[in-house]
Amino acid sequence: MPDKLQQLTDMFQTFDPADRTDLLLSYADQFKEVPPEIATRPFAKSHQIPQCESDAYVWANRYDDGTMKLYFAVENPSGISAKALAAILDKTLSGLPASEIATVNCDIVEKIFRQNISMGKGMGLMAMVQAVQALAKSASNPRSPIPDP
Amino acid sequence: MATPIEERGYAHPDALVSTDWVEQHLNDPKVRVVESNEDTLLYSSGHVPGAVHVDWTTDLNDQVRRDYITREGFEALMSKIGAANDTTVVFYGDKNNWWACYAFWVFQLFGHTNAKVMDGGRLKWEKEKRATSRDVPSYPKTSYKAKERTDAPHRAFRDEVLAHQKKQGQLVDVRSPEEYAGTRMHMPDYPNEGALRGGHIPGAKSVPWARAINPDEGTFKSAAELKKLYLEDNKLSPDQDTIAYCRIGERSSHTWFALKYLLGFKNIRNYDGSWTEWGNTVGVPIEK
Repeated sequence: MPDKLQQLTDMFQTFDPADRTDLLLSYADQFKEVPPEIATRPFAKSHQIPQCESDAYVWANRYDDGTMKLYFAVENPSGISAKALAAILDKTLSGLPASEIATVNCDIVEKIFRQNISMGKGMGLMAMVQAVQALAKSASNPRSPIPDP
Repeated sequence: MATPIEERGYAHPDALVSTDWVEQHLNDPKVRVVESNEDTLLYSSGHVPGAVHVDWTTDLNDQVRRDYITREGFEALMSKIGAANDTTVVFYGDKNNWWACYAFWVFQLFGHTNAKVMDGGRLKWEKEKRATSRDVPSYPKTSYKAKERTDAPHRAFRDEVLAHQKKQGQLVDVRSPEEYAGTRMHMPDYPNEGALRGGHIPGAKSVPWARAINPDEGTFKSAAELKKLYLEDNKLSPDQDTIAYCRIGERSSHTWFALKYLLGFKNIRNYDGSWTEWGNTVGVPIEK
């Protein structure tokens, strides 16, 4: 697991429910949508994250030095959790080598959201992590094109 | 834009209020607005000013047994949210008021009939760009006196559903067509919410819950549209005893609300055990 994400996950686990909610909201507030130079509406369905009820999309740019930058869009205005997770993934993973990003694990969803996870939401959030992992795994093989999630 | 509630032909239009009505009653001390969501972060991210949060898992469910809170628990909840016996409680939330209807249903187990649902829920309020707030309000505690929880008129249990099914009583399965067909049973990584067998209770009509909603603004469809859906297309009769179910009784509380208040079904109950009980029960009949 990449260090920054591990540290943030550890911090979430020490928080009480109210503080965890505040921290998740602060990440949701920091969410920045994919810039137009990367993608514009209507977003290609091939970048849509399956099973995510918040209608989330993910893109990745791979640089020559092997690092990656992640971009997200969340079309559901009520998709607060998806925005929070997107911001967390971007801030802790972007800039790392793809091979390192590929070690991200779906377990973080439960550890980060705890009582704020329920029903179908967990599946969608884990699908976001899986989509990032799949992009990174593919990008860590320099011969392969970056796949659709 | 949706037709005004009172012009939609509902059996009990008083069970719904509009976003306009709620805005006009934001400072009404006799009204308590309650937000209930699937996404527990949503309330904290901004809510109808003055609205309190009621969470379906922590506030309405017993934390040990699979059951709802007791009379004492309900009294404590009402006291906490500053609602008295004569307070009009207005529910709203995400997902087309799915959880709002669930909370409304639980409140009916305690006989708090002075309750309404805000038509359109969060979606409509947000689309209309009405004010929201992150301030969590605090109201003086009340000394609410609840009746003992009375499940029978609103809630069906497994053995009752079995007897109902045997006599070919009306059943409405409000899950997705895939769940009804038994091709989807559980969510990955959530085995505790799954079931060992897929399919539906024999004889149940498949009417996915959200078909009662106008998806663009989350409002309920008109009585004429609902009658076509439930009475004509699915041959359900408002005069016959009816039981609605889903996976844990949340989506079916939405259908329960639509059938009872909007179409005037005389005896409609929600089977909250639903598929997570039926699909795990030894020996009960299942159809695919």
